[in-house]
Amino acid sequence: MSEQKIDGFELKPGFKGMASDTGSDQTMFKGVHWGKAMMWIFLLSDTFVFSCFLISYMKGRGSTIVDWPNTSEVFSLYVGGVPVPLLLIAIMTFVLITSSGTMALAVKYGYEKNRKMCGWLILATAVGGLTFVGMQVFEWSKLIHEGVRPWGNPFGASQFGSFFFMITGFHGFHVSIGVIFLFIYTYKVFAGHYESKKRGWFTKMKGDYVEIEILGLYWHFVDLVWVFIFAFFYLW
Amino acid sequence: MSDEYDNNKSYQAQSSEVMDGSTGSVNPDIDYVRPAEVGEQELYHGHSFIEKWVFCQDAKVIGVQYFLTAVFTGIVGLILSWLMRLQLGFPELAGFMTAEHYYQFVTMHGMIMVVYFLTALFLGGFGNYLIPLMVGARDMVFPYVNMLSFWMFFVAVAVLMASFFVPGGPTGAGWTLYPPQTILEGTPGSGMGILLMLISLSLFVIGFTMGGLNYMITILQARTRGMTLMRMPLTVWGIFTATVLAMLAFPALLVSAIMMTLDKVLQTSFFMPTILKAGEVLEYGGGSPILFQHLFWFFGHPEVYIVALPAFGIVSDLISVHARKNIFGYRMMVWAIVGIGGLSFFVWAHHMYVSGMNPWFGFFFATTTLIIAVPTAMKVYNWILTLWRGNIRINTVMLWCLGFIVTFVNGGITGIFLGNVSVDVPLSDTYFVIAHFHMVMGIAPLMVIMGAVYHWFPLVAGKMLHEGLGKWHFWITFLGAYSIYFPMHYLGFIGVPRRYFEMYDSPYMTSAVGMNEFISIAAFIVGAAQFILVFNIIKTLKTGKKAEQNPWKANSLEWYTSTVPPEHGNFGERLPVVHRWPYDFSVPGAKDDFIPQTTAPSEVIHTEVEKT
Repeated sequence: MSEQKIDGFELKPGFKGMASDTGSDQTMFKGVHWGKAMMWIFLLSDTFVFSCFLISYMKGRGSTIVDWPNTSEVFSLYVGGVPVPLLLIAIMTFVLITSSGTMALAVKYGYEKNRKMCGWLILATAVGGLTFVGMQVFEWSKLIHEGVRPWGNPFGASQFGSFFFMITGFHGFHVSIGVIFLFIYTYKVFAGHYESKKRGWFTKMKGDYVEIEILGLYWHFVDLVWVFIFAFFYLW
Repeated sequence: MSDEYDNNKSYQAQSSEVMDGSTGSVNPDIDYVRPAEVGEQELYHGHSFIEKWVFCQDAKVIGVQYFLTAVFTGIVGLILSWLMRLQLGFPELAGFMTAEHYYQFVTMHGMIMVVYFLTALFLGGFGNYLIPLMVGARDMVFPYVNMLSFWMFFVAVAVLMASFFVPGGPTGAGWTLYPPQTILEGTPGSGMGILLMLISLSLFVIGFTMGGLNYMITILQARTRGMTLMRMPLTVWGIFTATVLAMLAFPALLVSAIMMTLDKVLQTSFFMPTILKAGEVLEYGGGSPILFQHLFWFFGHPEVYIVALPAFGIVSDLISVHARKNIFGYRMMVWAIVGIGGLSFFVWAHHMYVSGMNPWFGFFFATTTLIIAVPTAMKVYNWILTLWRGNIRINTVMLWCLGFIVTFVNGGITGIFLGNVSVDVPLSDTYFVIAHFHMVMGIAPLMVIMGAVYHWFPLVAGKMLHEGLGKWHFWITFLGAYSIYFPMHYLGFIGVPRRYFEMYDSPYMTSAVGMNEFISIAAFIVGAAQFILVFNIIKTLKTGKKAEQNPWKANSLEWYTSTVPPEHGNFGERLPVVHRWPYDFSVPGAKDDFIPQTTAPSEVIHTEVEKT
């Protein structure tokens, strides 16, 4: 036990200081909100979920005996009769990354107690997410139209459709959950629940703007996962 | 409220004053504990019966709910094992049982016992009850999510049990659910049965994740003042590390369950190779069954330690309390738990030696597997050294602990056999394997559970379980378990394969028949002996002796609650302040043979207690 007074969360210097802070009483991560720590650990667990998906995909793609479809052809859009590879994906990625930016700003304005700006920016994030999901629906229906199915497709190995629908579907599910929560929090912020200390519908607990940051963590994670899916699916 | 709390008031007042780094033997500064970092946790107290006992947000009630649900599934698993033993020992009496039934019972017995019984009991049951009490928190940090966690588990169990009643019955693919046979026609329960199993597992993972986040954040971020990491009881360390493992291992199970569900429902071919059935090529093709094995065992091996680590932690505390001695090598014990947890992620393919692997992989995984023996052996030595020259009380709890050590060493040594590729290959899929893992992750953790029940029952129910019945329960279980599993090692050596419904006229028959009958009789007796505990609990609740506060004279915080059993909020007005580890037993110079964690250093300054 340290006899030295630690006012608030003043951290000690050096590697030894880090070790003693980590092992100290009460909290391991000094000053970190419970919900925020929870979200980080949940995201670590979720990283393992997506890693398992992507590693399975690499294994499946690597060991299939039939050729993998040519992704730059399969995922191209025809603009005026000319195939433009990766056009739709580029737009989708742009929209999603932009929504990460608006989310980060929403967190900033939330902590500044700028209710209006925070609310509008969360709404913008939600709309961005919804646009992304909409474009994903468009992409899915286009591929289904061209005969791609989870159990087979006309372009090559049947695992292409299996992994594509499963992994983008699982990611899209994450985005959709995020969008639902973004809309809920838009309402909560505009209605001023954090100022009036209104209790949550289910948990009966008072909220705080830190919830916006926690939601933001989730949203950035979903974006980050998309970058990996983009790289492994569309660029490989 | 005990004396310790009244004393706390005096040094809580001091803690707001500025203290310098000066240390002196009679300086009141030595009692200084940093002020609280986090404000008081707000709790939602239930108002109605439903909110207090059904959808309750109190971790202690949730822990008991988990416990009872897990015990219910465990009894189902026990009955299944009886049916299996009936078939193996006395097939003429088991005329109602077909080979399909047998496979279904094997599968469900395995899955229930590993996932729905042991995991849920240790983490959901003991974790929920003990973590907040032991680290000095009012409750889990997210009580609402914690409540959802239990109900998700409850639904998972309901779905699993429903599979007994669907057309085709539950899946009979073996608890490892290896494709392609799992979802192909001809395997029992390849229709609805396997589907419900996969759904149930997914629900279990989701429910567990909610609980696991609670356990982790409560331990990391909601400890009371003075409770440093190295002052936590080993129970908390064991449950914590097991939870970390679960959070990282269950994703692999979830992913493999999702992929297999798609293989089943949408005819994808993630795990399904090209299959010729009755001369016809099935629609599947190009998938990798080995991929499933890798995913499954990436979950499955850490799962072994998810069950074992809480048992290691709990048994350390029980031994220390009932031998009235500090745990030998506390820090080594902590690092061993963490080390075993870390290593457990690099050994999974030792379950797949016969699946076909590059020989160098076998070499790698054999090496990592054998390395795990090092921290494990350290733990065993430390338990024995804790007992050595201790003031051992041979009560029911201690008997279970001693039983655990013996059984665990026994199962661990056969593990060293099986960890080597060249020894494993001939022994693979024989009764030797059954004997090994039942000893090491069935009976051994179960002994700890039993010891823990006898140890903490006075806290949970406020009454002492009957010692005489407890000793009968122990001796029948202990001797019976050895009667079951010792002969199985021999069956394995003579080559009797596991999961076989019948041996027919195989050359094993002559020596295996008598042994199988003997094992079966022992299994019936041991199974029935477990109901001694059920009887003991019911009897104690009705007429049992009322427990005094802290009947075992333990040091850890769960025994220093404001009421027994503890109420919602655990510690009354003030949270306890911790000054030491929970293992200060038999300190020379102290007036009692134990010094609670809440005792301030200035009170025991005349003793030889060491700073922790």
